[in-house]
Formats: sequence, structure tokens, C-alpha cells
Amino acid sequence: MTSEPSHSKSPVVLVDDLRVRFVSRDLDLPVVSGVSFALHPHETLCLLGESGSGKSVTMRALMRLLPETAHLSGRIVVDGQDVLALDEPGLRALRGKSVAMIFQEPMTALDPVFTVGRQIAETVVCHEGVSYGAADRRALELLEMVQVPSAKRRLAAYPHELSGGLRQRMMIAMALACRPKVLLADEPTTALDATVQIQILLLLRELQKELGMATIVVTHDLGVACETADRVAVMYAGRFVETGPVEALMEAPRHPYTLGLLNATVHGQSRGARLKTIVGAPPDLAALPPGCSFAPRCGDAWDTCTAETPHARMSGGRMVRCHKYNEAGLDLLSATAP
Amino acid sequence: MPLHSDMATAHGRDLPRPASEDAGRAGRPIIAVRALRKHFPIAGGLLGRPQAWVQAVDGIDFAVAPGETLSIVGESGCGKSTTARLLMHLIVPDSGQVEFEGEVIGERQGISVRDVRRRMQMVFQDSHASLNPRLTIEDSIAFGQRAAGVADAAAKAQARRSLDMVGLTPSMFAQRYPHELSGGQRQRVNIARALALEPRLLILDESVSALDKSLEAQILNLLEDLKTSLNLTYIFISHDLSVVQYISDRVLVMYLGKIVEIAPVADIYGAPSHPYTQALLASRPTQNPRLRRSAPPLTGDPPNPISPPSGCRFRTRCPLAKRICAEREPSLAPAVSHGGHLVACHARHGGSNYEASAA
Repeated sequence: MTSEPSHSKSPVVLVDDLRVRFVSRDLDLPVVSGVSFALHPHETLCLLGESGSGKSVTMRALMRLLPETAHLSGRIVVDGQDVLALDEPGLRALRGKSVAMIFQEPMTALDPVFTVGRQIAETVVCHEGVSYGAADRRALELLEMVQVPSAKRRLAAYPHELSGGLRQRMMIAMALACRPKVLLADEPTTALDATVQIQILLLLRELQKELGMATIVVTHDLGVACETADRVAVMYAGRFVETGPVEALMEAPRHPYTLGLLNATVHGQSRGARLKTIVGAPPDLAALPPGCSFAPRCGDAWDTCTAETPHARMSGGRMVRCHKYNEAGLDLLSATAP
Repeated sequence: MPLHSDMATAHGRDLPRPASEDAGRAGRPIIAVRALRKHFPIAGGLLGRPQAWVQAVDGIDFAVAPGETLSIVGESGCGKSTTARLLMHLIVPDSGQVEFEGEVIGERQGISVRDVRRRMQMVFQDSHASLNPRLTIEDSIAFGQRAAGVADAAAKAQARRSLDMVGLTPSMFAQRYPHELSGGQRQRVNIARALALEPRLLILDESVSALDKSLEAQILNLLEDLKTSLNLTYIFISHDLSVVQYISDRVLVMYLGKIVEIAPVADIYGAPSHPYTQALLASRPTQNPRLRRSAPPLTGDPPNPISPPSGCRFRTRCPLAKRICAEREPSLAPAVSHGGHLVACHARHGGSNYEASAA
């Protein structure tokens, strides 16, 4: 994505050829295989993909929130710090202060034995070295910012006393406690009810506009991407197969996988019409097919696709990793078709 | 994975149908539910006596016609899964009746629970948890038939036919264990297991919700094929309104244990009547990034089903609520305009006291 128009500010996240392998005694899984991107303040990037595509691992790598079996290589710079070179105290300072994360399941991410007010205040005390009195006042401010009704009373509540929507608001408040430069959201609304999901999505959008953070949202839901993203990166088998502005990507997807995903998503198709599916299932990471990982499921694949891994083709702020396209992003198959 | 829809059709014809099939005359519902109620106690206090009751399902009535797909939608805690389990008698209702093809389930002069479970089967959300990890796929599928007294060889032959119907080649899959299968394949096995007993009605409780989008579409196509080839009736429970719109003939909307609206799919999506249905539809994230939602249709979460609001349960979040809504519970009655469209809302009932009520 180096061909993107240059922003006045330098990127707050820079990832270059990130590779993550999960290694154990009898397994060596390439979970992320060469991901590169840059993210500027005020920008929202959405990582879209199915389970096992490496989207959550890519996001967690930015905070190094991965198990010890994970081997990382490449370069990650967040807020001017080389994340892969940091030691434990350095990481602790980075997490929460520069980068913060919102998890999918607020009930398991919050500590059940402390009040939410205490948990938010603790973050502030740790990173800013203020007194608990000052931190409590900050916690109250934060709850008002994430629009929790009767905020003062709710500070004294334990996580189990709150509804799902309120818990997720608490998580957001905690993530924003130290004014992070980068906010990571891993399926932030997947566990929520429909009428609550839209409230949280709109809240995230509003807060980002107000606070100017760079945001990365991981999701499998096209609707969430459409509501939040500026740019979308579609992941398949550990790679970005297509990136671009959300409008362009939704209106004219280039990669056959993106197109397949859009077609397979049930949305307003007429009753009884057969759904267009992607044949087969996502590949086993332990035995990736040669060449393009999507080739075995792709209707357009030919022998080049199973022989060579496609490199990234850039044009007009979009990237696609597919042999169908030439360097200028022109679709060769439809260009040569009669 | 190719869908062997042609095979499914062929086998569907060959399958011996239960004798009761002829009993399904046109016009009579395959399943009819009357005043069904289930309240769960919350134990507590010194002696573990019930301190409160969760009103999971609180007096619902509906019927499903043979060959129809009825979807039940609603948010968590609205009682949609409890309803499914009550229909299967996986939990025993506090009161009310479930009638299967004219026979009351679990009563002396009616049909036994054991018999009804052969004609009505269920597929659950979690494809992994609903298969025994220590049984091969074939044994899992044959289990129901064996329990019903079918000989071992016949049960296994039927298991293989069922596998074939769901697009899994028996020679490749019969001897495998659940952990060797992908999520989509496991859900196909669960469908095969349900089909092995040759049911007339399938209850699909969030059966595609845990699947990735590309697999979800495959399973939805499979369900459509099976429905046609085997003359099945579906009760489809989901929180995904797009999938419901695609698969349903009629839609039933629940809120806190009550039915708030039930209507043909085109009416629900084209002219939703209940304010809750309207809000639910307006909460769907856009599929067009140029037309983003600007304000959430509802604020707050659904209230706790332990102590639901008086009168209409939706009134605490409803933009139309007036005093009458707190005082009287609205009945499920035809909407002002349309006979086949039932709605439980004072504001939508002609001649109700809503207009006269104070705000």
C-alpha cells in the first residue's frame, strides 16, 4: 500500500512483511505469510476474512499478544516503537498507552472480582502514575464519553451486573483510558444483539472521529466493514489478497475471493434463488496448495495460478494479489474475452 | 464440495415414507402450539427456594403448515431457543399444548414424546458439541435408528444414504470421527443425522450461524434442496435477518417471551408493523458504505426477562408508548390493514383505546 497518496502526518502503524508461524514439536503453521500495511491517524482499516485467515493474529501481533509458540518476523512499528524489538517492560508500556484493544467477549475480558470503575482506574494509575482519586474522576469522564447512562452508579457495578451492551461500552472506556494512538477491535460486536450492535458500531465511529485514533477492526461481517471502515483488507490463508477503499471494494471487488464472499453473503437475494457459493472450504494451513492459496476454489484459475504465488499489483490506491490482473490492475481475462 | 442435489432427489423418492404421511391433509397444520408457557425458577436464599422466575416463554400460540418454512427471530433472551426445545419436549412446558399432525404431544390420547421425535428432528448451532467425539460419523447417524429398534445393518445403510443426501461421500466420511471434519462438514453430518429418522419437520436452531459466509451459503442451498426433495417443513431459528428473509415463508418475531408479530416474509420486510420489528430491521448494518446508518433505532439493551415490564413488554424502549401500553397487555391480533398479518401492539389495532390514551 505504498502507492497510497501521502498523508500530512506520518503513519502511526507500519507493518512490513509480517510473518507469523505457530511452531510446536510436530507442527509448523504459517498463519500470517507476508502482510504489509501502513495506517495513519484518523484512519480505520478493516481486516475482513473467514476463520483461520490470520486476521486476528495479524492484529494481535501489533501488541505481541500471542502465545510463546508464535514466531514473528518482519517489521512492526507502532507509534515510533519497533514492537518486535521491545522487551517485557517495554511491551507493558506500549499496551494500553500506545495501542489498546477491544475484545469480542466483554464478559471474559473483564475481571469478575473487581468493579468496572476500579478496573478502568487501575489502567489510568498504571500508565499515568496519578492517584486513585484522580483516576476515578477520569473513569467517570470515560463512562460519560462512551454514553453509559447513570455513569456514577455504574462505576460501582461488577461485570456480571451489566448487560452485554454496557459491558462492551466499559471495555471501550477501558481501552480509551490512556488516550491510545491506535485502537484495535477484534470482532467488537459479534457477541451482541442486533439492536445493540448498531449502537456500538456508531459509538466507535463517533469516538474515532472525536479522538482521531487510528483504528483496526477485525471482522467477518461485511456489514460491520461497511459501517466502520475507510479501507478494507481482505485476508485469505494468511495474506492480504485485496485492499482498497471500502466503497470501491464493495462496488467493484477485484479478487475472485472477495467477489465470492460478496456473492455468498445473504443479503436481499430473492427467495428461492440459489445462492452463489465458493466451492470447497478454506485450505489447511499445514498443507497450503502451491501457488495462489485460493486457486483450488477459484473459477478463473489456470496453470499459472497453481505454479506461482501472485505478487501484489497496485493501481489507483487498490491492491490485488491475483494473476488475472496486470501491473496496471487491468483484468486480463475480461479484457481478452470476446 | 459438490452438492449432490440430483442424488438427494433420487434417494428422496426411494425412501420409504412413514405411514403417517397420508394423515397430513391440506389445511391442517403440521404443528400447532397453544398457550405454551415456560418459566424457569431462579433459586436462592436460605432454603434454595425460587426467588424469581425467568419468563422465558410466556403464552405463545402459532401453527406451521406442512411444507412451510417458519422463522423465529429475536434477540438473546427472547425465548426463541426455549420455544424450539419445548416443541421437541427437550424441556417440559409448564402449561400449554403442542399438537403434532393433530395429536397432542405427551398426553394419553395423543402421540408419545418418543414417537414425535422420530417425525420431528432438530439441528443445533454448535456442530462440534452436538456430535459424540467417540463415535464415528456412521455410528452417530445410525444411533437414532438403532434406538428406535432398527437392526444394525439397516441403520447403517440408512446412515450412508443420509450422508449421501447431504453431499458427503459415504465411503470417504462414514468411518471418520468428528474432529477430522471441518465445521461445514460437521454441520452436514448433523443434518444427515436428523434426516436418518425420516422426519417431517426439522427444527434448525441457529444451524448456520457459526459457519463462515462461504460455507453458510452452501448449507442454505443444501437445506433448500432437501426441503424440496424430501417434502420437509422447517422451523428456522436465527438472529440473522438477511438469512431469514432468504429462507422463510413466514416470520415470527419474539420479544421477552412473547410473540410481537407474525406475518408472511414479504410483509415483515416490506411493511413491518410492530415498532420492535421496525427497529430490528433498521438495526441491520448497511451493505453500502455510502449509505451508513446515522442513528441507532433503539437505545439500551433488551430488559431482563426476570422481571419484564408490565403491559406491553417493549414499551420501555418504544417510541410510540402511551399510558395504555403500561396498563394493558396487547393481544396478538390482525393489523389494521391486513388479515394474515398479526401484531401485538395497541397502536396498530383498530378501535383500541390507544388513540384516546394519555401519552
